[in-house]
Amino acid sequence: MLSPALVILAGFILYPAVNAIYVSLTDTNLLNLSAQQFVGLDNFIYMFGRQDFRDSLRNSAVWTFGNVTFQLVIGMIGALILNARFRGRGLIRGVVLLPWATPSVLVALMWLWILDPNLGLLNHLLRAVGLEQGKPIAWLADQHLALPTLMAIDIWQGIPFFAVMILAALQGVPTELLESAKVDGANAWQTYWRVVLPLIMPTVLITVILRLIWTANYFDLILVLTNGGPANATLTLPLNSYITSYKGGDFGGGAALGVVQAVLLAVLVAFYMRQVRRSEIA
Amino acid sequence: MTTSTAPMRVEAQAPAVPRRSGMRWRPIYLLILAWIVGVLGPYIWMAITSVTPLSELHATQTTIIPSNPSFRAYGRLITQTGFLRNIANSAIVAVTVVVIVVFCSLLAGTALSRYRFRGRRAVLYAILLLQLFPSILLLVPLYIELKNLHLLDNLVGLILVYSAFSMSFSTWLMKGFVDQIPGEIEEAALIDGCSKFQSFVYIMLPLSKPGIAAAGTYAFIYSWNEFIFALTFTSSNTAKTVPVGLSQFIGENIIRWDFLTSGGVIAAIPILIGFMFAQRGLIAGLASGAVKG
Repeated sequence: MLSPALVILAGFILYPAVNAIYVSLTDTNLLNLSAQQFVGLDNFIYMFGRQDFRDSLRNSAVWTFGNVTFQLVIGMIGALILNARFRGRGLIRGVVLLPWATPSVLVALMWLWILDPNLGLLNHLLRAVGLEQGKPIAWLADQHLALPTLMAIDIWQGIPFFAVMILAALQGVPTELLESAKVDGANAWQTYWRVVLPLIMPTVLITVILRLIWTANYFDLILVLTNGGPANATLTLPLNSYITSYKGGDFGGGAALGVVQAVLLAVLVAFYMRQVRRSEIA
Repeated sequence: MTTSTAPMRVEAQAPAVPRRSGMRWRPIYLLILAWIVGVLGPYIWMAITSVTPLSELHATQTTIIPSNPSFRAYGRLITQTGFLRNIANSAIVAVTVVVIVVFCSLLAGTALSRYRFRGRRAVLYAILLLQLFPSILLLVPLYIELKNLHLLDNLVGLILVYSAFSMSFSTWLMKGFVDQIPGEIEEAALIDGCSKFQSFVYIMLPLSKPGIAAAGTYAFIYSWNEFIFALTFTSSNTAKTVPVGLSQFIGENIIRWDFLTSGGVIAAIPILIGFMFAQRGLIAGLASGAVKG
């Protein structure tokens, strides 16, 4: 009964994963796949010396931790809102989840249209209220604005996931505990910090790690909107791997970047799990 | 539902609000309104743009609401581009993936939930671990693998890859749902003379419907939305899917806003319908699967 699922998983995830390590040690080229030669760690040595590798490493860190932090904080507030009693709650819970289910390309183009320097809605509104004078703001073409703009879009798309996961945890908090906290004289703020938060903590921690992994690997948005530019300002590690493989044709180098990405994530997850376990014991 | 305690949490999040009951609902409705506008705004703006005539679109003084709304952009999209083919490709891929994933994950989830065998835990965690592999790591080797199998630029190749990538989550989801079905029901069916196969078809299948809906929706949304693999593994319009088709309207020098927005509206429709349909089960499955994982 297990075999159909396992065959598909082994054939199209496990086997390529192992193969990725092999390819990263060769000089495999997009145009000539058969003439690959074993080159040892050359791809890695070459990569570590490059400026674009260091740029993409830094951008990846900012992108991943920045996005998840904002999504967690806003998503938490959102979950508290959704957990309150109001009219049309079921419908609104569905509506706010929409960005999460929207194709990344669609998200990218909706925002591309809003952020367009000349025709876009955002610059129009800014001009209408007098906040923007002179040259229109090029949100995605400005060296300093491009990454924050992309991050804002990803945060917009990622908030619902946090909100819904935390909402599910909030609904599991026993009513009796909240009532007894009230009877004991705790105010709402104290109840939240001392009673609710510890109870939803396991879900929050798991959501954070799922989201960290997902965000670190997510580069669809960046690929469509800026393709790493201007001047590598939005180049992240996975995007660097993609560009090296398919724009540069260097499959070996691209696979090496992919392996680095996987190793860094594995280290992050292991470290995170250790911290979580330690805090549980303490 | 813990409705009686809900207002407390509202205060928890906005402690400055006085506790008199009449005051409570006001700030929250404002917050909800702001949230809804923030979420739906971009979609609505896209829909409005899709019915704005080209002449008004590029006018320097853009007005919010088009003065002569028309559906010409949709007509041009269908006659001048291969977008209909992209939609057909996406539909074929997504539906096939749903069938494969639901079938395989229902079997695997049932086996993992019901039977105790050596290495069960190992299999469970291996499946979870596979989910965490970065897709960028697999992009190059998958390209080579599909090329060797002659499945590049082929819908079958996309179907296999998408099935693999939505399989682990769906299996966990399904296992969680089967866990919640009491084993006594099956035992009763077996005592009443059902065969194992019959009890699966007549008892397990109907009872795991919410799980099937959730796993199916997840697989559908994943396949409909996926971009990087589709972009990399397809080169002609015989296999390009909707996200790839959409991305092509963003040219080097010119962006076809009329195509992008009308195509975007069409691409959003199946997601809207599927999502509204199975949202509840998906959320429940997502939450329970993650907490247990």
